[in-house]
Amino acid sequence: MTVPPVPTTLPPVPAAPPVKRHHWIVRLTHWMTFVLLAGMIMSGLQIYGAYARFGERDGPYYVNAFEDHAFPTWSRLGGWLAGGLNWHFTLMWPLVAGGFLYLSYLALSGEWRSLLFRPRDIHGAVEMQKYYLRLRKDHPPQGKHNPLQKLAYTFIILLGVLSVLTGFAIYKPTQLSWLTALFGGFQAARYWHFWAVWIFTAFLIVHVILVFVVDPASLRAMISGWYRGRFPSHD
Amino acid sequence: MIDRRAFLRLAAGAGSASLAAACGWDGGNAVRPLLLDVSRLNDWVGEKILFSKTRLAPQYDIAERTARLPAYFISPTMPVLQNPSAWRLQVSGLVRRPLSLSIDELQAMPRTTYTVKHHCVEGWSAIATWHGVPMSAIAERCGMLPQARYVRFDSFDSGYMNGWDLASAMHPQTILAYGMNDNPLPESHGAPLRLYSPTKLGYKMTKYLVSVTFTAERPGGYWEDQGYPWFGGV
Repeated sequence: MTVPPVPTTLPPVPAAPPVKRHHWIVRLTHWMTFVLLAGMIMSGLQIYGAYARFGERDGPYYVNAFEDHAFPTWSRLGGWLAGGLNWHFTLMWPLVAGGFLYLSYLALSGEWRSLLFRPRDIHGAVEMQKYYLRLRKDHPPQGKHNPLQKLAYTFIILLGVLSVLTGFAIYKPTQLSWLTALFGGFQAARYWHFWAVWIFTAFLIVHVILVFVVDPASLRAMISGWYRGRFPSHD
Repeated sequence: MIDRRAFLRLAAGAGSASLAAACGWDGGNAVRPLLLDVSRLNDWVGEKILFSKTRLAPQYDIAERTARLPAYFISPTMPVLQNPSAWRLQVSGLVRRPLSLSIDELQAMPRTTYTVKHHCVEGWSAIATWHGVPMSAIAERCGMLPQARYVRFDSFDSGYMNGWDLASAMHPQTILAYGMNDNPLPESHGAPLRLYSPTKLGYKMTKYLVSVTFTAERPGGYWEDQGYPWFGGV
């Protein structure tokens, strides 16, 4: 048996062929939601300033780190209460329309299977968490998204639905009094609507950090649709 | 390529939105008219889709009343009648019989009492009891004409006024209130007579009333003309 000679120059590593990862509807609604949600949060902070607490007029008031807090001007949209309301009640239309478009796409394309966290994903989520905590050496096998990603994306979609429903409960507490009562009344609905802001913000921060730390190529994929990164086998 | 272009448009939008935010942007001359157009669309949705002529606002126990319900007026000092006995409510416009009603005459008409939640556009809420005559009884007494589509409410508080759609004005819980929490209406809450309805935001409920006018054209409103939602339903 002869040992083949060591080549003096290494052949170039064949580039992994790009994979199509995101449909245009997903990319469009992803970036739409980013811009519109930013506008909703900023106009929401403007509206919040008009009565910066939660609870009936006599109190007691709900626990709130931002009680009577005025958010900085750069974080608000609208200039005054009416301006904030008009932005909020305008942006809600394309935001909800985008949400419907996205959910319809997930449902009709079957793509929901790779996103929806189901009971059978619990085991995989635990394994994935072990891997991240260095309790497990090898990356557990996965499909398009790992079970922790499914959990995060399922949760954030539910948070979006909750935001819309609490929004309606605040918008029409008399006509939709059953919905408002479901959230514990007008002030409680305002409270949950406000909480959603901070959960969205926390999600955004973690989401962006993970993109850049774990897989920067996924940002390009969310723009062009094509993925050229380290984890093509996951598709 | 179209998607890339669409994305760049969106990114440009995001950039301008955050720039604009730095100055508390209300939309400026370019966007503000669009926001107000959408506000008119929302008025239509609020009136034609979400509002019901028969659905009643939930009522509360008098034990749940809020101790202190905030009140405001736009005049520099609280509007007070110099001669309360000379006060009359003028009812006119598209009616068969224009009326001039004293408080005694209003109190002799059918009376509605309810304990409901007050919703302010600012976000606070409070519970109080209101006593008054239903607007529908006023419309009946003056012989409202079928051409009437809106109602205009005027006050003696420095020209504060509101315009209402007829359906909201004829809702069974829309009243001209002369009493609050089992007492005569206090001056701070619009004595001697104010408009009240648990289907509207606080700023729609004209206080210190002097006249009710049935119209075919849509009247504006003090805050509404400055950009607040015209329908203002809850």
